[in-house]
Amino acid sequence: MALKESIAIHVNGDLRHVTVGLTLAEMLHELGLDARRVAIERNLEIVPRGTFSEVLVEEGDRLEIVHFVGGG
Amino acid sequence: MTAQQDIKADNWTVAGRTFTSRLIVGTGKYKSLQENAAAVEASGAEIVTVAVRRVNISDPSQPRLTDFIDPNKVTYLPNTAGCFTAEEAIRTLRLAREAGGWNLVKLEVLGEAKTLYPDMRETLRATEVLVKEGFEPMVYCVDDPIATKQLEDAGAVAIMPLGAPIGSGLGIQNRVTIRLIVEGASVPVLVDAGVGTASDAAQAMELGCDGVLMNTAIAESKDPVLMARAMKAAVEAGRLAYLAGRMQKRRYADPSSPLAGLI
Repeated sequence: MALKESIAIHVNGDLRHVTVGLTLAEMLHELGLDARRVAIERNLEIVPRGTFSEVLVEEGDRLEIVHFVGGG
Repeated sequence: MTAQQDIKADNWTVAGRTFTSRLIVGTGKYKSLQENAAAVEASGAEIVTVAVRRVNISDPSQPRLTDFIDPNKVTYLPNTAGCFTAEEAIRTLRLAREAGGWNLVKLEVLGEAKTLYPDMRETLRATEVLVKEGFEPMVYCVDDPIATKQLEDAGAVAIMPLGAPIGSGLGIQNRVTIRLIVEGASVPVLVDAGVGTASDAAQAMELGCDGVLMNTAIAESKDPVLMARAMKAAVEAGRLAYLAGRMQKRRYADPSSPLAGLI
């Protein structure tokens, strides 16, 4: 893996390396996640779902990807 | 109005949404999503509480709640369970709103792990912020009629005092304060937490509550689907008893058969 072509980010607290120039939508696809079922917080800011295919993942991003689970 | 009409027309409304069922059920602690879905079905609940948690990145193919309980048929009420500060709760609900696309949420800000009692200072602060941001928070709170009034003034769309600690199943321990809250509130009041069995749910409804929210009492029963049915019946029975108005209590016996004409 060429280092220059990947960037380090945190997804749900874990360090990951992803390709440079990915959009959030592309990253979700790579992770096998359905964009319609999740919400994303990027560096403590909510990313509106409608902008997933425009927002680029950047070096050092801290992403939280959440969904609904059972709870009381 | 006859009793028949009462039953048919006895809906309740929260933040402009009208529901027939007065039972809200949680979706935690079930053995499987199948069992969870069957219990929700049996309960007749039109609202279920859900939690917001990190997606499991390493195994995205895990079964999902939304595959078993259709959010288009049942209203998902995202909660903030596990949040101990206003900031955590607000952050969670902003994500919930983005995931679900609606403003009706359940706010709970906890004070400590041992009792899971709400931290009312943080709860009130979170309510104020959430209302400013357009949320419609149904708020888990203490059974204090002054605190609940403050929540209402801050814009809470429903007041949800505990009947006993979360998950304890101890039943309604505070009938006097629940009744005071019901009498003073101009938004729906639902007992949230403490119900252990069907008679507890009926008791909450007999006090005049608009509804009851429960999770563990159904999920941890030996037969959750059967208990869900029991809770549905209990909430309906308690509501009807409240509407009917109970008899006055007497200190001594009063015969039901006429005394006249005894042989």
